[in-house]
Amino acid sequence: MQTFTSDAARFQPASDQTLLVYFGQQITIGAHQRVRKLLRLLEREPIAGVHNLNPAYCSILLTFDALRLNHADLEEILRAYLDRLDAMRISEGRERKIPTCYGGEFGPDLDEVASLHGIAPSQVIELHASVSYVVYFLGFVPGFAYLGELPAALATPRLDSPRRSTPPGSVGIADNQTGVYPFATPGGWRLIGRTPLAMFRPDRKAMSFLSIGDRVRFTPISAARFSAMERA
Amino acid sequence: MSTMQVQTPGLQTTVQDLGRNGFGPAGVSPSGAADPISLRLGNRLVGNDENVAGLEMMLLGGTFAFPEGAILALAGSDFGAMLDDVRVDVGTSVEARPGQTLRLGPTSSGARCYLCVQGGIAVTPFLGSASTHVLSGLGGFEGRALRKGDVLHIESETKAFRKRTIAPSALEQLSSRKVLRVTPGPQLDWFLESSLRSFYAGPYRVGEQSNRMGLRLEGAAITQRGTGQMITEGVSLGAIQVPAGGSPIILFVEQQTTGGYPKIANVIAADLHRVGQLRPRDEIRLEEVTFDAARSLLIEQENMLASRELILE
Repeated sequence: MQTFTSDAARFQPASDQTLLVYFGQQITIGAHQRVRKLLRLLEREPIAGVHNLNPAYCSILLTFDALRLNHADLEEILRAYLDRLDAMRISEGRERKIPTCYGGEFGPDLDEVASLHGIAPSQVIELHASVSYVVYFLGFVPGFAYLGELPAALATPRLDSPRRSTPPGSVGIADNQTGVYPFATPGGWRLIGRTPLAMFRPDRKAMSFLSIGDRVRFTPISAARFSAMERA
Repeated sequence: MSTMQVQTPGLQTTVQDLGRNGFGPAGVSPSGAADPISLRLGNRLVGNDENVAGLEMMLLGGTFAFPEGAILALAGSDFGAMLDDVRVDVGTSVEARPGQTLRLGPTSSGARCYLCVQGGIAVTPFLGSASTHVLSGLGGFEGRALRKGDVLHIESETKAFRKRTIAPSALEQLSSRKVLRVTPGPQLDWFLESSLRSFYAGPYRVGEQSNRMGLRLEGAAITQRGTGQMITEGVSLGAIQVPAGGSPIILFVEQQTTGGYPKIANVIAADLHRVGQLRPRDEIRLEEVTFDAARSLLIEQENMLASRELILE
Protein backbone atom coordinates (compact mmCIF):
# COMPACT_ATOMS: atom_id res chain seq x y z
CA MET A 1 0.00 0.00 0.00
CA GLN A 2 2.50 2.58 -1.19
CA THR A 3 1.91 5.31 -3.67
CA PHE A 4 4.14 7.91 -5.23
CA THR A 5 3.52 11.52 -6.11
CA SER A 6 5.11 13.42 -8.93
CA ASP A 7 7.54 15.19 -6.60
CA ALA A 8 8.65 11.88 -5.09
CA ALA A 9 7.14 12.24 -1.65
CA ARG A 10 5.97 8.81 -0.58
CA PHE A 11 2.91 7.98 1.53
CA GLN A 12 2.85 5.07 3.94
CA PRO A 13 0.02 4.21 6.32
CA ALA A 14 1.53 3.63 9.76
CA SER A 15 -1.69 2.76 11.60
CA ASP A 16 -5.43 3.03 10.99
CA GLN A 17 -5.24 6.63 12.17
CA THR A 18 -1.79 7.74 10.98
CA LEU A 19 -0.07 8.38 7.67
CA LEU A 20 3.65 8.91 7.08
CA VAL A 21 4.87 11.27 4.38
CA TYR A 22 8.49 10.49 3.45
CA PHE A 23 10.82 12.83 1.61
CA GLY A 24 13.38 10.20 0.63
CA GLN A 25 15.23 7.91 3.00
CA GLN A 26 18.31 9.95 3.75
CA ILE A 27 19.13 12.64 6.26
CA THR A 28 19.81 15.64 4.06
CA ILE A 29 19.29 19.37 4.41
CA GLY A 30 17.06 19.17 1.32
CA ALA A 31 14.73 16.66 2.95
CA HIS A 32 14.82 18.66 6.19
CA GLN A 33 13.73 21.80 4.37
CA ARG A 34 10.83 20.00 2.72
CA VAL A 35 9.78 18.67 6.14
CA ARG A 36 9.87 22.22 7.51
CA LYS A 37 7.92 23.59 4.57
CA LEU A 38 5.18 20.99 4.80
CA LEU A 39 5.01 21.38 8.59
CA ARG A 40 4.68 25.12 8.23
CA LEU A 41 1.99 24.82 5.59
CA LEU A 42 0.05 22.29 7.67
CA GLU A 43 0.29 24.54 10.73
CA ARG A 44 -0.84 27.57 8.75
CA GLU A 45 -3.63 25.79 6.90
CA PRO A 46 -4.65 22.87 9.11
CA ILE A 47 -6.49 19.96 7.50
CA ALA A 48 -9.83 19.34 9.22
CA GLY A 49 -9.65 15.98 10.97
CA VAL A 50 -5.84 15.95 11.29
CA HIS A 51 -5.01 16.44 14.93
CA ASN A 52 -1.31 15.86 15.33
CA LEU A 53 1.93 16.19 13.37
CA ASN A 54 5.25 14.54 14.15
CA PRO A 55 8.07 15.87 11.99
CA ALA A 56 11.35 13.94 11.89
CA TYR A 57 14.53 13.85 9.73
CA CYS A 58 12.89 13.17 6.38
CA SER A 59 9.27 12.45 7.23
CA ILE A 60 6.14 13.78 8.89
CA LEU A 61 3.64 11.52 10.64
CA LEU A 62 0.06 12.83 10.50
CA THR A 63 -2.47 11.57 13.05
CA PHE A 64 -6.08 11.87 11.92
CA ASP A 65 -9.57 11.18 13.13
CA ALA A 66 -10.35 7.85 11.48
CA LEU A 67 -14.07 8.56 11.77
CA ARG A 68 -13.67 11.55 9.44
CA LEU A 69 -10.79 10.66 7.12
CA ASN A 70 -9.11 7.63 5.65
CA HIS A 71 -5.64 7.24 4.15
CA ALA A 72 -6.78 7.75 0.56
CA ASP A 73 -8.71 10.96 1.37
CA LEU A 74 -5.76 12.37 3.27
CA GLU A 75 -3.28 11.49 0.52
CA GLU A 76 -5.49 13.30 -1.95
CA ILE A 77 -5.58 16.44 0.21
CA LEU A 78 -1.84 16.26 0.87
CA ARG A 79 -0.97 16.11 -2.83
CA ALA A 80 -2.30 19.65 -3.18
CA TYR A 81 -0.15 20.74 -0.23
CA LEU A 82 2.93 19.06 -1.68
CA ASP A 83 2.44 20.86 -4.99
CA ARG A 84 2.84 24.14 -3.15
CA LEU A 85 6.04 23.31 -1.25
CA ASP A 86 8.45 24.82 -3.75
CA ALA A 87 6.75 28.18 -3.38
CA MET A 88 6.89 28.07 0.43
CA ARG A 89 9.34 30.34 2.25
CA ILE A 90 10.81 29.28 5.56
CA SER A 91 12.82 31.45 7.89
CA GLU A 92 16.51 31.09 8.57
CA GLY A 93 16.75 29.35 11.90
CA ARG A 94 17.78 31.32 14.97
CA GLU A 95 21.34 31.05 16.30
CA ARG A 96 21.31 29.43 19.75
CA LYS A 97 24.20 28.79 22.14
CA ILE A 98 24.21 25.99 24.68
CA PRO A 99 26.78 26.51 27.44
CA THR A 100 28.06 23.07 28.37
CA CYS A 101 30.30 21.74 31.10
CA TYR A 102 32.08 18.71 29.62
CA GLY A 103 33.44 15.57 31.33
CA GLY A 104 33.63 14.50 34.96
CA GLU A 105 30.29 14.03 36.66
CA PHE A 106 28.72 16.20 33.94
CA GLY A 107 29.75 13.91 31.11
CA PRO A 108 30.39 10.42 32.47
CA ASP A 109 31.03 8.92 29.01
CA LEU A 110 33.52 11.55 27.79
CA ASP A 111 36.64 9.49 28.55
CA GLU A 112 35.20 6.36 26.96
CA VAL A 113 34.20 8.26 23.82
CA ALA A 114 37.73 9.68 23.65
CA SER A 115 39.35 6.27 24.00
CA LEU A 116 36.96 4.69 21.44
CA HIS A 117 38.26 7.22 18.92
CA GLY A 118 41.86 7.18 20.17
CA ILE A 119 41.88 10.89 20.93
CA ALA A 120 42.19 12.97 24.11
CA PRO A 121 39.01 14.03 25.98
CA SER A 122 39.95 17.66 25.27
CA GLN A 123 39.85 16.88 21.53
CA VAL A 124 36.33 15.43 21.89
CA ILE A 125 35.24 18.69 23.51
CA GLU A 126 36.98 20.76 20.87
CA LEU A 127 35.38 18.78 18.04
CA HIS A 128 31.91 18.80 19.60
CA ALA A 129 32.05 22.57 20.12
CA SER A 130 33.64 23.26 16.73
CA VAL A 131 30.58 23.12 14.48
CA SER A 132 27.14 24.63 14.16
CA TYR A 133 24.36 22.03 14.32
CA VAL A 134 20.91 22.10 12.74
CA VAL A 135 17.83 21.29 14.81
CA TYR A 136 16.33 18.68 12.50
CA PHE A 137 13.23 18.27 14.68
CA LEU A 138 12.01 17.94 18.26
CA GLY A 139 10.91 14.49 19.29
CA PHE A 140 11.26 11.61 21.75
CA VAL A 141 10.22 13.70 24.80
CA PRO A 142 9.11 17.36 25.14
CA GLY A 143 11.87 19.69 23.98
CA PHE A 144 14.39 17.05 22.88
CA ALA A 145 16.12 18.39 19.75
CA TYR A 146 17.79 16.07 17.28
CA LEU A 147 20.94 17.95 16.23
CA GLY A 148 23.17 17.11 13.31
CA GLU A 149 25.63 16.51 12.08
CA LEU A 150 28.28 15.53 14.52
CA PRO A 151 31.84 15.76 13.11
CA ALA A 152 32.55 12.33 11.55
CA ALA A 153 35.48 11.79 13.94
CA LEU A 154 33.01 11.75 16.86
CA ALA A 155 30.33 9.44 15.46
CA THR A 156 29.82 6.84 18.21
CA PRO A 157 27.29 4.04 18.60
CA ARG A 158 24.73 4.16 21.42
CA LEU A 159 25.42 2.46 24.75
CA ASP A 160 24.82 -1.30 24.67
CA SER A 161 22.29 -0.94 27.45
CA PRO A 162 20.56 2.39 27.97
CA ARG A 163 20.77 4.19 31.31
CA ARG A 164 17.61 4.01 33.36
CA SER A 165 17.82 7.74 33.90
CA THR A 166 19.87 10.64 32.57
CA PRO A 167 20.20 13.93 34.51
CA PRO A 168 18.24 16.78 32.86
CA GLY A 169 20.51 18.91 30.68
CA SER A 170 22.78 15.98 29.78
CA VAL A 171 24.46 16.45 26.40
CA GLY A 172 24.66 13.16 24.55
CA ILE A 173 25.91 11.81 21.26
CA ALA A 174 24.65 8.84 19.23
CA ASP A 175 25.87 7.90 15.76
CA ASN A 176 26.15 11.22 13.90
CA GLN A 177 23.65 13.05 16.13
CA THR A 178 23.90 15.05 19.31
CA GLY A 179 21.22 16.33 21.66
CA VAL A 180 20.33 17.51 25.15
CA TYR A 181 18.05 15.52 27.48
CA PRO A 182 15.42 17.96 28.85
CA PHE A 183 14.14 15.53 31.51
CA ALA A 184 15.41 12.64 33.60
CA THR A 185 14.49 9.95 31.08
CA PRO A 186 15.95 6.59 30.16
CA GLY A 187 18.53 7.11 27.43
CA GLY A 188 21.09 5.24 25.36
CA TRP A 189 23.09 8.21 24.07
CA ARG A 190 26.64 8.63 25.41
CA LEU A 191 26.81 11.57 27.79
CA ILE A 192 29.77 13.91 27.33
CA GLY A 193 28.59 17.02 29.20
CA ARG A 194 25.69 18.89 30.74
CA THR A 195 24.12 22.33 30.30
CA PRO A 196 22.55 24.39 33.10
CA LEU A 197 19.94 25.70 30.60
CA ALA A 198 16.36 24.48 30.96
CA MET A 199 15.62 22.97 27.55
CA PHE A 200 11.88 22.78 28.21
CA ARG A 201 9.90 24.90 30.63
CA PRO A 202 6.11 24.69 30.63
CA ASP A 203 5.88 28.13 32.30
CA ARG A 204 7.84 29.85 29.51
CA LYS A 205 6.01 31.24 26.47
CA ALA A 206 8.35 29.43 24.09
CA MET A 207 8.38 26.24 26.13
CA SER A 208 11.20 24.66 24.20
CA PHE A 209 14.56 26.46 24.10
CA LEU A 210 15.11 25.06 20.60
CA SER A 211 12.81 24.96 17.57
CA ILE A 212 12.99 23.04 14.32
CA GLY A 213 15.45 24.74 11.96
CA ASP A 214 17.49 26.56 14.64
CA ARG A 215 21.29 26.51 14.43
CA VAL A 216 23.07 25.50 17.60
CA ARG A 217 26.60 25.78 18.99
CA PHE A 218 27.86 24.27 22.22
CA THR A 219 30.18 26.52 24.22
CA PRO A 220 32.42 24.92 26.88
CA ILE A 221 32.05 26.29 30.43
CA SER A 222 33.72 25.45 33.75
CA ALA A 223 32.06 23.62 36.64
CA ALA A 224 32.09 26.90 38.59
CA ARG A 225 30.28 28.69 35.78
CA PHE A 226 27.81 25.80 35.55
CA SER A 227 26.94 26.16 39.26
CA ALA A 228 26.64 29.93 38.96
CA MET A 229 24.31 29.63 35.98
CA GLU A 230 22.28 26.90 37.62
CA ARG A 231 21.71 29.14 40.66
CA ALA A 232 20.80 32.16 38.54
CA MET B 1 -15.42 24.18 45.33
CA SER B 2 -15.40 20.88 47.21
CA THR B 3 -12.40 18.69 47.88
CA MET B 4 -11.19 15.15 47.81
CA GLN B 5 -8.48 14.03 50.19
CA VAL B 6 -5.97 11.35 49.25
CA GLN B 7 -5.58 9.07 52.27
CA THR B 8 -3.67 6.40 50.36
CA PRO B 9 -2.66 6.96 46.73
CA GLY B 10 -2.63 3.40 45.36
CA LEU B 11 0.13 2.16 43.09
CA GLN B 12 0.06 4.89 40.45
CA THR B 13 -2.95 7.19 40.51
CA THR B 14 -2.88 10.11 38.09
CA VAL B 15 -5.23 12.82 36.89
CA GLN B 16 -6.18 12.11 33.27
CA ASP B 17 -8.54 13.39 30.62
CA LEU B 18 -8.52 12.39 26.95
CA GLY B 19 -5.08 13.89 26.35
CA ARG B 20 -3.48 16.83 24.55
CA ASN B 21 -3.25 16.63 20.81
CA GLY B 22 -1.33 18.85 18.43
CA PHE B 23 2.00 19.28 20.22
CA GLY B 24 3.97 16.66 18.30
CA PRO B 25 6.23 19.36 16.78
CA ALA B 26 7.42 20.18 20.35
CA GLY B 27 7.97 16.50 21.18
CA VAL B 28 4.94 16.37 23.50
CA SER B 29 2.91 13.15 23.25
CA PRO B 30 -0.86 13.25 23.88
CA SER B 31 -0.82 11.26 27.15
CA GLY B 32 -4.39 10.96 28.51
CA ALA B 33 -6.34 8.00 29.86
CA ALA B 34 -4.86 4.61 29.04
CA ASP B 35 -8.41 3.27 28.66
CA PRO B 36 -10.18 6.33 27.27
CA ILE B 37 -13.50 4.54 26.79
CA SER B 38 -13.76 3.80 30.51
CA LEU B 39 -13.01 7.44 31.35
CA ARG B 40 -15.65 8.59 28.85
CA LEU B 41 -18.24 6.24 30.30
CA GLY B 42 -17.36 7.16 33.89
CA ASN B 43 -17.85 10.82 33.05
CA ARG B 44 -21.20 10.17 31.45
CA LEU B 45 -22.39 8.29 34.52
CA VAL B 46 -21.91 11.42 36.65
CA GLY B 47 -23.29 13.79 34.01
CA ASN B 48 -19.95 15.22 32.85
CA ASP B 49 -18.67 15.80 29.34
CA GLU B 50 -16.58 12.83 28.22
CA ASN B 51 -13.27 14.74 28.31
CA VAL B 52 -13.50 15.90 31.95
CA ALA B 53 -10.54 15.01 34.19
CA GLY B 54 -10.83 11.98 36.46
CA LEU B 55 -8.44 9.72 38.32
CA GLU B 56 -6.75 6.79 36.64
CA MET B 57 -5.72 4.04 39.05
CA MET B 58 -3.40 1.20 38.12
CA LEU B 59 -3.57 -2.33 39.59
CA LEU B 60 -4.10 -1.07 43.16
CA GLY B 61 -6.50 1.73 43.99
CA GLY B 62 -6.37 4.38 46.68
CA THR B 63 -8.50 5.67 49.55
CA PHE B 64 -10.23 9.01 49.08
CA ALA B 65 -12.26 11.04 51.55
CA PHE B 66 -15.00 13.46 50.47
CA PRO B 67 -15.46 15.98 53.32
CA GLU B 68 -18.18 17.85 51.40
CA GLY B 69 -19.56 14.81 49.61
CA ALA B 70 -19.57 14.15 45.85
CA ILE B 71 -21.35 12.38 43.05
CA LEU B 72 -19.03 9.77 41.68
CA ALA B 73 -18.69 6.71 39.46
CA LEU B 74 -16.13 4.04 38.77
CA ALA B 75 -15.46 2.63 35.32
CA GLY B 76 -13.04 0.13 33.87
CA SER B 77 -11.71 -2.71 36.01
CA ASP B 78 -13.14 -3.77 39.35
CA PHE B 79 -10.89 -2.73 42.23
CA GLY B 80 -13.35 -3.92 44.91
CA ALA B 81 -14.47 -0.40 45.90
CA MET B 82 -16.31 0.30 49.17
CA LEU B 83 -17.99 3.60 50.10
CA ASP B 84 -17.64 3.36 53.87
CA ASP B 85 -19.07 -0.14 54.26
CA VAL B 86 -21.17 -0.37 51.10
CA ARG B 87 -19.86 -2.04 47.96
CA VAL B 88 -19.66 0.27 44.89
CA ASP B 89 -20.03 -1.49 41.57
CA VAL B 90 -18.15 -0.46 38.48
CA GLY B 91 -20.41 1.26 35.95
CA THR B 92 -22.93 2.84 38.35
CA SER B 93 -23.13 6.37 39.73
CA VAL B 94 -23.31 6.81 43.50
CA GLU B 95 -23.63 9.73 45.87
CA ALA B 96 -21.04 10.10 48.63
CA ARG B 97 -22.46 12.00 51.60
CA PRO B 98 -20.22 14.56 53.31
CA GLY B 99 -17.51 12.76 55.29
CA GLN B 100 -17.74 9.46 53.47
CA THR B 101 -14.63 7.60 52.29
CA LEU B 102 -14.13 5.55 49.14
CA ARG B 103 -11.68 2.67 49.48
CA LEU B 104 -10.33 0.73 46.54
CA GLY B 105 -8.14 -2.34 46.68
CA PRO B 106 -6.28 -4.52 44.19
CA THR B 107 -7.81 -5.25 40.82
CA SER B 108 -9.84 -8.37 40.31
CA SER B 109 -9.94 -7.94 36.52
CA GLY B 110 -7.90 -5.62 34.28
CA ALA B 111 -5.18 -3.04 34.88
CA ARG B 112 -7.08 0.23 35.29
CA CYS B 113 -10.04 1.70 37.12
CA TYR B 114 -11.26 5.28 36.66
CA LEU B 115 -12.83 7.41 39.35
CA CYS B 116 -14.97 10.19 37.92
CA VAL B 117 -16.59 12.89 40.05
CA GLN B 118 -19.37 15.19 38.98
CA GLY B 119 -17.76 18.47 37.89
CA GLY B 120 -14.38 16.82 37.41
CA ILE B 121 -11.00 17.16 39.10
CA ALA B 122 -9.78 20.76 38.90
CA VAL B 123 -6.14 21.18 37.91
CA THR B 124 -4.34 23.89 35.94
CA PRO B 125 -4.39 22.69 32.35
CA PHE B 126 -1.06 22.26 30.58
CA LEU B 127 -1.38 22.78 26.81
CA GLY B 128 -5.13 22.58 27.10
CA SER B 129 -5.32 19.28 28.94
CA ALA B 130 -5.45 18.05 32.54
CA SER B 131 -3.57 14.86 31.68
CA THR B 132 -0.51 13.91 33.67
CA HIS B 133 2.61 13.02 31.67
CA VAL B 134 4.45 11.14 34.40
CA LEU B 135 7.80 10.76 32.65
CA SER B 136 8.32 14.46 31.95
CA GLY B 137 6.52 15.63 35.10
CA LEU B 138 4.03 17.75 33.16
CA GLY B 139 0.30 18.33 33.48
CA GLY B 140 -2.15 16.78 35.93
CA PHE B 141 -1.69 17.34 39.66
CA GLU B 142 1.81 18.82 40.04
CA GLY B 143 2.96 16.69 37.12
CA ARG B 144 3.05 13.51 39.18
CA ALA B 145 1.17 10.54 40.55
CA LEU B 146 -0.87 11.31 43.69
CA ARG B 147 0.61 10.96 47.15
CA LYS B 148 -0.86 10.52 50.60
CA GLY B 149 -2.08 13.86 51.92
CA ASP B 150 -2.77 15.47 48.53
CA VAL B 151 -5.97 17.50 48.44
CA LEU B 152 -7.70 17.68 45.06
CA HIS B 153 -10.31 20.24 44.16
CA ILE B 154 -13.55 19.27 42.49
CA GLU B 155 -15.19 21.74 40.12
CA SER B 156 -18.53 22.81 41.57
CA GLU B 157 -21.55 21.38 39.87
CA THR B 158 -25.12 21.74 40.96
CA LYS B 159 -26.78 18.94 39.06
CA ALA B 160 -28.90 16.68 41.23
CA PHE B 161 -27.89 13.08 41.72
CA ARG B 162 -29.22 10.66 39.13
CA LYS B 163 -28.63 6.98 39.29
CA ARG B 164 -27.08 5.93 35.99
CA THR B 165 -25.78 2.52 34.99
CA ILE B 166 -23.88 1.27 31.94
CA ALA B 167 -25.95 -1.29 30.04
CA PRO B 168 -24.56 -4.78 30.73
CA SER B 169 -24.57 -5.58 27.00
CA ALA B 170 -22.23 -2.65 26.35
CA LEU B 171 -19.85 -3.72 29.11
CA GLU B 172 -19.82 -7.16 27.54
CA GLN B 173 -18.82 -5.74 24.15
CA LEU B 174 -16.09 -3.59 25.66
CA SER B 175 -14.75 -6.22 28.03
CA SER B 176 -11.11 -7.11 27.82
CA ARG B 177 -10.05 -9.39 25.03
CA LYS B 178 -6.77 -11.15 24.99
CA VAL B 179 -6.53 -10.85 21.22
CA LEU B 180 -5.36 -7.47 19.99
CA ARG B 181 -6.16 -6.64 16.40
CA VAL B 182 -3.38 -4.94 14.47
CA THR B 183 -2.70 -3.47 11.05
CA PRO B 184 0.64 -3.94 9.24
CA GLY B 185 3.44 -1.67 10.46
CA PRO B 186 5.31 0.76 8.19
CA GLN B 187 8.47 -1.41 8.25
CA LEU B 188 6.67 -4.73 7.80
CA ASP B 189 9.00 -5.78 4.99
CA TRP B 190 12.02 -5.51 7.30
CA PHE B 191 11.00 -8.71 9.02
CA LEU B 192 11.49 -12.34 8.03
CA GLU B 193 8.43 -14.27 6.89
CA SER B 194 9.10 -16.84 9.62
CA SER B 195 9.18 -14.07 12.24
CA LEU B 196 5.85 -12.73 11.03
CA ARG B 197 4.36 -16.20 11.41
CA SER B 198 5.59 -16.53 14.98
CA PHE B 199 4.48 -12.98 15.76
CA TYR B 200 0.91 -13.84 14.79
CA ALA B 201 1.05 -17.35 16.29
CA GLY B 202 1.96 -15.94 19.71
CA PRO B 203 1.24 -15.97 22.54
CA TYR B 204 3.09 -13.03 24.06
CA ARG B 205 3.25 -12.20 27.73
CA VAL B 206 3.02 -8.60 28.92
CA GLY B 207 6.33 -7.78 30.64
CA GLU B 208 6.68 -6.58 34.24
CA GLN B 209 8.25 -3.22 33.32
CA SER B 210 5.27 -2.19 31.22
CA ASN B 211 3.84 1.26 31.91
CA ARG B 212 2.05 4.19 30.27
CA MET B 213 5.01 4.67 27.91
CA GLY B 214 5.02 1.17 26.55
CA LEU B 215 4.24 -2.50 27.07
CA ARG B 216 6.99 -5.04 26.58
CA LEU B 217 5.93 -8.31 24.99
CA GLU B 218 7.77 -11.49 25.95
CA GLY B 219 7.59 -14.44 23.58
CA ALA B 220 8.99 -15.51 20.25
CA ALA B 221 11.81 -13.14 19.27
CA ILE B 222 11.32 -11.28 16.00
CA THR B 223 14.19 -11.30 13.54
CA GLN B 224 14.90 -8.59 11.01
CA ARG B 225 15.82 -9.44 7.46
CA GLY B 226 19.02 -7.51 7.16
CA THR B 227 20.93 -4.84 8.97
CA GLY B 228 19.11 -1.86 7.52
CA GLN B 229 19.67 1.47 9.21
CA MET B 230 16.40 2.94 10.34
CA ILE B 231 16.06 6.72 10.25
CA THR B 232 14.19 8.11 13.27
CA GLU B 233 10.58 8.95 12.38
CA GLY B 234 7.26 9.79 14.05
CA VAL B 235 5.60 6.86 15.81
CA SER B 236 1.88 6.15 16.14
CA LEU B 237 -0.02 5.35 19.29
CA GLY B 238 -0.11 1.56 19.56
CA ALA B 239 2.87 1.03 17.26
CA ILE B 240 4.61 -2.29 17.89
CA GLN B 241 8.31 -1.64 17.49
CA VAL B 242 11.00 -4.28 17.54
CA PRO B 243 14.38 -3.29 18.96
CA ALA B 244 17.54 -5.24 18.10
CA GLY B 245 16.94 -7.80 20.87
CA GLY B 246 13.77 -8.97 19.07
CA SER B 247 11.23 -8.41 21.90
CA PRO B 248 8.33 -6.27 20.63
CA ILE B 249 7.17 -3.16 22.52
CA ILE B 250 3.71 -1.59 22.16
CA LEU B 251 4.14 2.20 22.32
CA PHE B 252 1.46 3.63 24.54
CA VAL B 253 -0.12 6.92 25.67
CA GLU B 254 3.03 8.47 27.16
CA GLN B 255 5.06 7.22 24.25
CA GLN B 256 8.09 8.89 22.80
CA THR B 257 6.89 10.92 19.82
CA THR B 258 9.61 9.69 17.45
CA GLY B 259 11.67 6.53 17.38
CA GLY B 260 14.32 4.67 15.48
CA TYR B 261 13.18 1.06 15.69
CA PRO B 262 11.24 -0.69 12.91
CA LYS B 263 7.53 -1.25 13.50
CA ILE B 264 6.06 -4.62 12.61
CA ALA B 265 2.41 -3.80 13.33
CA ASN B 266 0.09 -1.29 15.02
CA VAL B 267 -2.80 -1.92 17.38
CA ILE B 268 -6.04 -0.70 15.77
CA ALA B 269 -7.78 2.36 17.23
CA ALA B 270 -10.79 0.28 18.35
CA ASP B 271 -8.54 -1.94 20.52
CA LEU B 272 -6.31 0.73 22.12
CA HIS B 273 -8.54 0.94 25.19
CA ARG B 274 -8.00 -2.78 25.73
CA VAL B 275 -4.22 -2.22 25.84
CA GLY B 276 -4.90 0.07 28.82
CA GLN B 277 -6.46 -2.87 30.65
CA LEU B 278 -3.58 -5.32 30.11
CA ARG B 279 -1.74 -6.32 33.26
CA PRO B 280 1.83 -7.53 33.57
CA ARG B 281 1.96 -11.31 32.87
CA ASP B 282 -1.28 -11.28 30.85
CA GLU B 283 -1.04 -13.48 27.79
CA ILE B 284 -2.10 -11.98 24.50
CA ARG B 285 -2.22 -12.87 20.84
CA LEU B 286 -2.13 -10.60 17.82
CA GLU B 287 -4.47 -10.82 14.87
CA GLU B 288 -3.92 -8.99 11.61
CA VAL B 289 -6.80 -7.03 10.04
CA THR B 290 -6.92 -4.70 7.04
CA PHE B 291 -7.09 -0.90 7.36
CA ASP B 292 -10.68 -1.04 6.09
CA ALA B 293 -11.67 -3.60 8.70
CA ALA B 294 -10.00 -1.52 11.41
CA ARG B 295 -12.02 1.50 10.35
CA SER B 296 -15.29 -0.45 10.34
CA LEU B 297 -14.55 -1.76 13.83
CA LEU B 298 -13.92 1.78 15.08
CA ILE B 299 -17.15 3.09 13.51
CA GLU B 300 -19.09 0.18 15.01
CA GLN B 301 -17.58 0.88 18.44
CA GLU B 302 -18.34 4.61 18.29
CA ASN B 303 -21.90 3.89 17.17
CA MET B 304 -22.33 1.61 20.15
CA LEU B 305 -20.90 4.33 22.45
CA ALA B 306 -23.26 6.90 20.94
CA SER B 307 -26.36 4.73 21.32
CA ARG B 308 -29.15 5.88 23.59
CA GLU B 309 -29.37 2.47 25.22
CA LEU B 310 -25.81 2.62 26.50
CA ILE B 311 -26.48 4.44 29.76
CA LEU B 312 -29.54 3.36 31.71
CA GLU B 313 -31.21 5.90 33.97
